[in-house]
Amino acid sequence: MQPQLFSPSRAVLSRRLARWGAAVLLAGAAVVPAVAQTTTLKIIPSSNITVLDPIWTTAYVTRNFGYMVYDTLFATDLEGHIKPQMVDKWKVSPDNKTWTFTLREGLEFHDGKPVTSEDVVASIKRWASRDTFGAQLAKVTERYETPDAKTFSIVLKEPFGLVLEALGKPSSNVPFIMPKRIADTSGDTQIKESIGSGPYVFKADEFRPGERVVFTKNMRYKPRAEAPSGTAGGKNVYVDRVEWLIIRDAQTQMNALLNGEADILEQPAFEQYATLRTNPDIKLIDAQPAGNQFILRFNFLQPPFNNEKVRRAALLALGQEAFLRTQVGTPGLTRYCKSMFPCGTLFESEQTGDYTGVANPQKAKALLEEAGYKGEPVVLMRPTDNPTIGKLPLVAKQQLEQAGFKVDMQSMDWSTLVARRAKKDAPSAGGWSAFMTSWTASDILNPITMAMMNASGDKGWFGWQNDPRLEEIKVQFAQAKTDADKKKLAQAAQLRAFETATHVPVGQYNQPAAVRKNVSGLVPAGAQVYWNIKKQ
Amino acid sequence: MLTFLGKRLLATLPVLLVVALAIFMIVRLTPGDPAAVIGGNSATNDDLDRIRAQLGLTRPLWEQFAIWCNGVLHGDLGFSFFLNKPVTELIGQRMEPTLSLAGGTLLLAVAIALPLGTLAAWRMGGWLDKAVMAFSVAGFSVPVFVVGYVLIYLLAMKLQWFPVQGYRRIADGVGPWLNQLVLPCLTLAITYVALLSRVTRAAVSEALTEDYIRTARAKGITELEVLKHHALRNAAVPVVTVIGVSAALLLGGVVVTETVFAIPGLGQLTVDAVLNRDFPVLQGVVLFFAVVYVAVNLLVDLSYLFIDPRIRY
Repeated sequence: MQPQLFSPSRAVLSRRLARWGAAVLLAGAAVVPAVAQTTTLKIIPSSNITVLDPIWTTAYVTRNFGYMVYDTLFATDLEGHIKPQMVDKWKVSPDNKTWTFTLREGLEFHDGKPVTSEDVVASIKRWASRDTFGAQLAKVTERYETPDAKTFSIVLKEPFGLVLEALGKPSSNVPFIMPKRIADTSGDTQIKESIGSGPYVFKADEFRPGERVVFTKNMRYKPRAEAPSGTAGGKNVYVDRVEWLIIRDAQTQMNALLNGEADILEQPAFEQYATLRTNPDIKLIDAQPAGNQFILRFNFLQPPFNNEKVRRAALLALGQEAFLRTQVGTPGLTRYCKSMFPCGTLFESEQTGDYTGVANPQKAKALLEEAGYKGEPVVLMRPTDNPTIGKLPLVAKQQLEQAGFKVDMQSMDWSTLVARRAKKDAPSAGGWSAFMTSWTASDILNPITMAMMNASGDKGWFGWQNDPRLEEIKVQFAQAKTDADKKKLAQAAQLRAFETATHVPVGQYNQPAAVRKNVSGLVPAGAQVYWNIKKQ
Repeated sequence: MLTFLGKRLLATLPVLLVVALAIFMIVRLTPGDPAAVIGGNSATNDDLDRIRAQLGLTRPLWEQFAIWCNGVLHGDLGFSFFLNKPVTELIGQRMEPTLSLAGGTLLLAVAIALPLGTLAAWRMGGWLDKAVMAFSVAGFSVPVFVVGYVLIYLLAMKLQWFPVQGYRRIADGVGPWLNQLVLPCLTLAITYVALLSRVTRAAVSEALTEDYIRTARAKGITELEVLKHHALRNAAVPVVTVIGVSAALLLGGVVVTETVFAIPGLGQLTVDAVLNRDFPVLQGVVLFFAVVYVAVNLLVDLSYLFIDPRIRY
């Protein structure tokens, strides 16, 4: 017989331990601070937020943070029209050179100070030092004037037709208004405080990087009377507190939503929509109906894509259907669109030259031979850690090879890719030939904001196209006075971009938010915004 | 012992210097550019040059290293490129979740594995031994994320006993803190129970074959006393070594578990720093890990003196 291992005294000890454990648990529960009845909206944002300065970075999550904390002078409604936001009224001088704006009554920053014209001018200056559209406006600005605390003027050297479009720009970088003492920080330096006059107050003391971001309702905020539309209209807040929960794992994000630990999942993974659609507690809401666009960008400096005909051959080789099916897959989330300006937005255009969006390997092959392609390998960069675009290069490789290209697809993480795309070296010496990315529609609404239409050579966007003709069309677009003229010139810019093959749009897609059914009022816009929401 | 302690502490200095230099060079030689990550999709080369200059990345490498070393000597690990906060503050914020996760896992693992391994050794070849060994193999073979998802599905989604994700600080109350920790600790503990029970079984079974055990039994000492005072004490050195290494590994950050349960620990901080190329954070965290490893090893070595009086340094 084996001796008994545990004596009675040990059993007694175990019981005591269990009692102590229970006591500790109860004591723990007792020290939980009593919280008043508040409505808290819990949101899982699309990515981790690291930078809190929406002028210093163009990251979308920081832009969305900006919309919580700051307000804007103008905003873009759901149809793409510019509407006043902090501005009450404005006028333009007969020579179209002096734009004078008056601020609404009762605007206050979160620190209790009133919003003044000096705050506005300092904010515009800082924004213009970093943003492409802002830089265009700054280039034609002679001076700013602040005759009183509520009035400011922008005096131009020459007429600029897009003053309101610039100030009401919906996506990165958004000209958010900050107190002058903060906005005076150089655009190259990250600001240290997040104080705005927007609908929510950022709780800096509760911010835990990589864990959670907390906002409370701005009790002093005075919303406009209009109904919300896009980033414009009344920003009414019906919840006391908003928490952004940073969860990196897609499965955990969905589990948290299904379990009721979160109310809104901003961007579910493509493959999760099938599960979410069948869950009775969840509804899908397309909060960014204009969607997003996948593109392929060429390097204009290096063979083979320094040859226009070779680029055009690649353009003919790529068909949208395969990209959308492979990368997104889920029915109802994709949209064939051959326009460079996203379908469903103001400047959508059928003027696409011979680009159809349907793969035509035979025609591409013939053009490639005509171009004298010598078989230089196309170094196509693929980000393996980016689930939104990671599969696109696989399709591009296959389609380009079918047309006769030699493709060297190189896999790397996204950080390496974004560093490498800044290199102008030959592909064999650490450079590149092509990469693919995704743009939110509101970033590519017109020729000025569309980075791929920056054809100013070395100073332009990665790929460094130099095309004075396209730049000239953009200048005319910026000076256009009527909507009809703007439309015509946007079409001309797109046609020129297709002629020179600046890039290839390879399809549009939407990523609706998954929302628990007790939450209502998500406003469709060009950015993710969180006013107007009710939680029962 | 004090001489030993002094010598060991002195010996750590060159180790830490080598680690500092190595990590500094590795993070800078790795492809990737923090400026490109900060700049975002629409940045141009001019924008990137401006950001690099602002971050001090345009200075010569040796100068950047010298500035960093000087800071470290003054207790300053630098400033995060992204988070606009000192690295020491970021590490401080992430210490509690990681310490809680590591401590909870170790406690759970030791509490289960030591008796389990001892019993398996005591009953070697029997059904209990076979069951423990089978569990040990399974615990090692199933990936941590699979265990995590299964536990989440059963205990959080179906039974609603525990939350799916997140971390509550101890200041929010001991109850919520413990409640949130149960699932991740259990997930991790399965692997460590598998490891520790196996090591314990091997060490105890070896001790049980020694002559002094036979002598002890011949003297009529109870089996529990034999196990407790003779077998376990003599088997403790390898077991404590493994516990020490496990503690260091756990403190180093258990990235998969932290990701699956959305726990903002040091592992997650490191991964974020790698993905963003946040050099100061990466350097600071790795240096911190190096110090932890050295300290844990030292503690393990010192513990030998108490476990086995025959050991002398």
